Amino acid sequence: MSITHLLFWFLTVLALGSALMVIFSKNPVHSILWLIGTFFAISGHYILLNAQFLAIVNIIVYAGAIMVLFLFVVMLMNLNTSAIPVKNKWLGFAGVISGGCLLLVLTAALKDTAVMRNDVQMNTGDIGLIHNLGMVLFKDYVLPFEVSSVLFLSAMVGAMIIGKKDTNETS
Amino acid sequence: MTIQHYIFLAVALFSIGVIGVLTRRNIIIIFMCIELMLNAVNLLLVAFSKMHSLAATAADAASKAGTEGQIFVFFIMVVAAAEVSVGLAIIVMMYRNTHSVDVNFLNRLKH
Repeated sequence: MSITHLLFWFLTVLALGSALMVIFSKNPVHSILWLIGTFFAISGHYILLNAQFLAIVNIIVYAGAIMVLFLFVVMLMNLNTSAIPVKNKWLGFAGVISGGCLLLVLTAALKDTAVMRNDVQMNTGDIGLIHNLGMVLFKDYVLPFEVSSVLFLSAMVGAMIIGKKDTNETS
Repeated sequence: MTIQHYIFLAVALFSIGVIGVLTRRNIIIIFMCIELMLNAVNLLLVAFSKMHSLAATAADAASKAGTEGQIFVFFIMVVAAAEVSVGLAIIVMMYRNTHSVDVNFLNRLKH
């Protein structure tokens, strides 16, 4: 078993374990920290696949910006006080059962398909490097790139309008 | 590593996200589980991109097949960042109105 396989299994266990801890930990702050662990494990998978640009973007955007935003909102709300909702035990049970059924059905449907034996290129190949991706992004996909900037502008304006205090109500 | 390892890993991550959405009642945890599902799909896209790259470079060494998959992942990340900013603004507004982040209190549309 080579070092690539060992790293793959280590990162897989790390990602799945952190993902399970996200949904089973009681404290929302702990959930967010475990989700950051999951994102780092997924970035490790990207590095293993030699998609280095996406690994760096994943760390910067997800583990950096988005998770800090989540953490900031949770700390702003002061959720640790009380308000533990009355939880229906059967509802949680049914959720786990239906999620497990989804896992079972997808696995059973996919496990005998022909492509499953195809190899994945690991540790080599230059399609994930920033030179190649930058050439494609700014030549063939320059219009979607510019449209996404408009999307960001509208998201920023929308977030500010939604988050603004309603002045008509208080007066 | 064959593609089936990555497919099963992504399916497992996606199912964990679905279980989280179905069982948890905290809206922030639900939102985080949606992010988890997006990331499972991203991982699968990158794995398929590398699979096609391996098949294409076997025939032609200078082939760039599979680049579009990684560009697509990049745009998914862009859309996810915009989605998170608007979604968290909605959560903050909801918390200001109801003083709770429990989705069970959000059934006012029924009345």
